Amino acid sequence: MTASTAAAVVASLGLAAGAASCVDFYEVPVEIPLQAKIDVSQFQRVLVYGFLAGGSNAIDPNTETARLLRSQLRSKQDLKVIDSDAVSLVDEVDRRQASSGAPMERPPADTGPSAKNEPKIKTDKDLQPYQTIFDDKEFWKAIGERYQSPLIVTGSVMFSEMTKSGMVSKPQQYVDSTGQTRYQEVHEWADLKGYSLDSKFIFIDGRTGEQLYTEPLHEESLYPSTQNTPALSSYFELMDKVLPSFLNTLSTQKIRGTRILIK
Amino acid sequence: MRVKTWLVASLVLIVLGLAAPAFADRRAEARDQVDFGITVAQRGLWKEAVLHWEKAVEIDKTYGAAWNDLGIGYEQLGRFDDARKAYEKALEVEPGNQMIRQNYDQFRENYDRLNRRRGGR
Repeated sequence: MTASTAAAVVASLGLAAGAASCVDFYEVPVEIPLQAKIDVSQFQRVLVYGFLAGGSNAIDPNTETARLLRSQLRSKQDLKVIDSDAVSLVDEVDRRQASSGAPMERPPADTGPSAKNEPKIKTDKDLQPYQTIFDDKEFWKAIGERYQSPLIVTGSVMFSEMTKSGMVSKPQQYVDSTGQTRYQEVHEWADLKGYSLDSKFIFIDGRTGEQLYTEPLHEESLYPSTQNTPALSSYFELMDKVLPSFLNTLSTQKIRGTRILIK
Repeated sequence: MRVKTWLVASLVLIVLGLAAPAFADRRAEARDQVDFGITVAQRGLWKEAVLHWEKAVEIDKTYGAAWNDLGIGYEQLGRFDDARKAYEKALEVEPGNQMIRQNYDQFRENYDRLNRRRGGR
């Protein structure tokens, strides 16, 4: 090694060391703990009973929600998940109304040819008279007794089609005066369609029938009207957004991210 | 009159001259705590890191980076209200620091969601 090479190596090492010592911030991974919202230590089991479901008839929100929540609960928290079929609370309420003989106050029903396939609950207004079932402690206590006093998960799920018009932004390619291809953001008016999810998860103590916690959540997914998005994939996309919050009710969840430590 | 002015000016310079090294000493001492806190935080020892950053802001209350790191530490320990106060103090001291702003914005996403839940039922 010549003297000049050695000097260059020493100089570059010196520069590297200098640069390293100049670093005055560090990006670090963090795991932010979000404590569970309710104490479930007194339960050994959780029962996803069923939901008041409505909105679009493109999917069955009751069955899909019960199935998805069960699979998530099995893998992401410690309570034993009870296997059972999802009960339609709409049918349950209708049955009780029929046996009591009292007519339910409902908006006038559509009598058109497609009415047969329409869900009974299409709007919040339709949903309201059914919600009294959540306050029926004796009913939930009886369910609890049947399944050995679990934590009961129920609530309402409205999955509805929606359309909106508004400004959307998208990148547009152009060639500048030097001949280089560049991109700019352009805004344009567009018709959008998609789905909304209005869910309310209710956690009930199976020993007493009392409500422990209620969490209303609303999410929307909109796509260009030219895009054909299947209802079920949109449903899963929306549920993905509400699941962390749902799971955080029963178990501590960790949110992963990064932060910058500064010297 | 001119002598008096010179005397006052000299006194001011002396006071500043004495204060500047004292400030530099405090900052250096606080910086040692911050450095050590970062070293242990990178090894996942967040509780210990927080102790050092708390010491740093105790030594030098105008050290924005120390408040920022303390905010991150509190956040990692789930002490969200303390984290908010620390981040806000960091921004008060260094309002133009984009790294602090970025940390604070990311923190607020979780913090606001959490507070919506606290008033959820």
